[in-house]
Formats: sequence, C-alpha cells, structure tokens
Amino acid sequence: MGSRIEILNEAGFRSDGRRQHELRDLNIDLSRHGEADGSALISHGLTQVLVSVHGPREAKMRSHTFHDRANINVEVTVASFSTGERRKRLRGDKRILEFAATIKATFEPVIRTSLYPRSQIDIYIQVLQQDGGTLQTCINGTTLALINAGIPMTDFVCAISGGVHSTSPMLDLTTLEENDIPHVTVAVMPKAKKVVLVTMETRLHVDRFEEILNLARDAGSILHREMKEAVLNRSISLVSTAGPAQLREKGEDDMNVDY
Amino acid sequence: MRPPSPSIPEKEFTYGALKQNIRLDGRIPLEMRSPTITFGPELGWVECALGKTRVIAYVEGKMVKPTPERPFEGIITIHSEISPMASSEYETGRPSEEEVTITRMLDKAIKRSDAVDKESLCISAGQRVWHIRLTVHFLTDGGNMLDCACLAGIIALRHFRRPEVEVIGEDEVIHSPLERAPVPLAIHHSPYCFTFAFFPDSETSPVLDPSQLEQRLSAGLMSIALNAQKEICVLQKLGGVPQDTDEILRLVKVAVAQAKDLSDLVDAKLREDWEWRRSKVEVI
Repeated sequence: MGSRIEILNEAGFRSDGRRQHELRDLNIDLSRHGEADGSALISHGLTQVLVSVHGPREAKMRSHTFHDRANINVEVTVASFSTGERRKRLRGDKRILEFAATIKATFEPVIRTSLYPRSQIDIYIQVLQQDGGTLQTCINGTTLALINAGIPMTDFVCAISGGVHSTSPMLDLTTLEENDIPHVTVAVMPKAKKVVLVTMETRLHVDRFEEILNLARDAGSILHREMKEAVLNRSISLVSTAGPAQLREKGEDDMNVDY
Repeated sequence: MRPPSPSIPEKEFTYGALKQNIRLDGRIPLEMRSPTITFGPELGWVECALGKTRVIAYVEGKMVKPTPERPFEGIITIHSEISPMASSEYETGRPSEEEVTITRMLDKAIKRSDAVDKESLCISAGQRVWHIRLTVHFLTDGGNMLDCACLAGIIALRHFRRPEVEVIGEDEVIHSPLERAPVPLAIHHSPYCFTFAFFPDSETSPVLDPSQLEQRLSAGLMSIALNAQKEICVLQKLGGVPQDTDEILRLVKVAVAQAKDLSDLVDAKLREDWEWRRSKVEVI
C-alpha cells in the first residue's frame, strides 16, 4: 500500500502538500479540564492528545514514595478509535508500558522533583487521534500540562519527529510517511540545547542520522516558540479574567489603570 | 523484596573513580568486556557471557500455518523473561520496567530490523511456514544484560540450521539431517547492541557496557543497535541526563567501531565452531 504513494514529489512537495522541513499545524488548548491541576489538549496535524496532570499530591501507595523527591507516575491510554483500524489495546500491552516508561524517563531529569519529597505527580495521557508522531505529541502535551499545573521545571521539552526519504531529510511525519521511511523522534531542551530523548526503530545509515538529528534539534526551538506563546496567551487570558475583580476591590476611582 | 541500593560510601567511591576515568574492573570508559561465546552440542544453542553477565539463547523451529494477513512469511517470536535466577532483584509475574525495555529492544533489534528474511521461511504459501522461536534465558545479571542478550540472540540465529523441506505435489517431505545437510536461516544483517551509561555528574564521561553497579548508579542509558555496514537499526536514549547532540554523535561513532570488531569476532567464532563440527563428522 505504502509504496504506491509518492513521499516526496519532484517539485519538493510531500503527500499532504507540505515542504520537506514544514511542520504540521500545531493547536494547543490549555483550558482547565475537569479535576486536573493542569491539562493540555494538543494536536500536531491530525494527531491529538489530551494530557492531564494531577499533583503534586500524596501517593496512593506508600511504597511509591521517595524521601528525597517526588515520584512521577505516567499512565497512557490509547483510544481504540484513534487509528484507522479499530483496535483495542490492553493496558498491560508491552508497547504502551514502554511508551509510558519513556515519557517518565524523559521528564524525570527536567521536573524539579526534589522540591516535593514524599509526593507523587500523576500524568495521565489520553491518545485521541493518531496520524504519526504520537510520541512527540505526548511529550509536547505533557510539557504544557506540567507548566499549566505550575510544576517547576528546568526547561521546556520539545519533541519532533524526522525522517529521511532516500537522501532528503524531512520533519514532522504523518502515519503514511512513518510507515515508509526511517524515522527518528528527538526531544530537546531548547534553552540548554541538549537532547533528552532520541529513539529510532528503523534502519538508517550513520551519516544520514547525523543530518536528521541536527535538523530535529533546530526544529525543537521553533516548537519552543509556539509552545511558549501558548503558555503566555493562557496566562494573559487568566489575568484578564481575574483583572476586573481586583479592580472593583480597589474602588471606582482608579479605573484608568493600564493592565 | 528489592535488595538495598548501593551504600553511600560505595556510591561515592564509584563516582569518584569514574570521574578520574577509572572503572572498578580496570577497563577504560569506552571499553567493552570481551564476550565469551560457547556453543552447545545442538545447532542454535549458544551461551554468551560478558564478564559476569551470562545469557543462553536457544533457537528452535517448527512448521505452522501462516497468519492469514501474511501468507508468504514465516513467523519469528522472541521469548525472554528475566527470572529471579538472574538476580534476586527480579520477580516472576508482573514484568519490571527493565524487563519491558529489554524485551522491546530485542524485538526491535532482531525482529523489526528484518535481520532474518521471513519470506525464505515459507514452505508453501498460505499452508505451511517455519515458526522460528528464539528463547533467551538470563542466567546471571552482571550488568548490561541487553547487549549480552542481543549478541546471544543473533549468534544463535546464525548458528541455527533447519532441516530441508521439499514440497512434492501436496505433500511436504522433511529430510533428516543425515539425508540432506540442514540449511541455515537467510540472515540479511547482524545487528549488535551497545549500551552506554551516563552519570549524574556532567563531568564524568559516559561508559560503554556498564557493570551492574555502574548501571544502578547511572542516570540514564543509551542503547544503539547497529550492524557492521554502519547502519543504525535502533537507537534509544529514553530520558536520563540531557546530552549534547555532538556527544551522542561521538558515541555513535564509538559504537560503529565496536560493531566492526564484534562482527569480526562473531564471524571467527562461528567459523571455528563450524570447522570443528565438520572435523567431527569426518571422524564418525
């Protein structure tokens, strides 16, 4: 099926009309979701993930507490309607367990866990739609949800997938492209310019790998800009809703205060 | 019950030594323990040891009906379970996080990288294919069980010979090894896995092939599976200490050089074993 689709045509366009280095539309919704302390609904193109963060709070199980830092608990559920083929994935599936362990290990060095000894931070990830780059969307969503919950972190974590079609590298792959070409997911800390996570599961020559790794690192800073803007907009909207209330407390005479 | 983590003096001593590029077993940071490979009497049985880590891999084949989705392809399954035999740290039942990582990594490095040609395992389309089953037993955990298991697995697959099968009309005739020489599996490439451990102190250089103590004290691992043709099959750095891209690329280059050496060693060992077997046949 895959081989009949042209991944990159002669004019340099991909199957969905993007250029090689063009990212998909990024949508971020940071509004409050249910009982969660912080949540984020994020979509990279057609891949959509809902992340909710609870905590830091008391751990349900005593054995899960550490005396010097917070425990991070990640649970991932993949909706059975998220892919083209309807498939039920059990929670004990090794692939999902690995997925959760990956996200946990990615955020462990970034979250300042030592500030919350004996507590637990729960991250619940709900994969709603999958069209390539599920891991990158989950990581970006988790970063935003953690920020939304006000949990201190040393830096953003921005993840992006990349692939190589014969010799031309491209970014942010869809399922179609993922099935056909070798692909890498890279998570970077944009401020420190360091790489937290790299995973690749398909065969690729060393030289090509170097190229795509550097490209993905640069793309991380673009994502960082977008994510930062979303956080800022959310803060501004929160301030503006809280604004008039404070204003009334101060009295009617200082109405002209510039917010 | 988990055994206690390394004591504070042990921890400080190891970190201190590593900071000066000294490892407790006398290796330099980017040196691998040299593997010991022992072949059993049967084809496809191999014991592989890296220092104190010991792993047995065993390959067997049987004929089954293929899945309806892939009627032309044989089936390969990898079974690996870490029993408490390896170390008292492991329990039977619910797989630990480490076990999940090892199983998935073996699956990716050996199965998903298409190391074994699956179409050549087909006997008659839609009717009969070979089901190759690779079982990995972890005997002792001396650190870095993943690399050892991956090495043992790929050697076992290359060592294995399946009896020749001939299709005559509707019937399948299995020739016994005495009648016709058994045939090896069609191997596209041999991936070897290398694991690097990073430490919390950013000045300590990463080490290749961590021992059990080093692995427990590490703050993140990076595993690279690649073949002698310089193709990376799996690269996995799941969280842990953030690293520069240059550092990652440097380690990839180290792994490339190691893969070449290891591949030569494995080729030599397999040839040696084959020569030995041939001489045995002549004596009989």
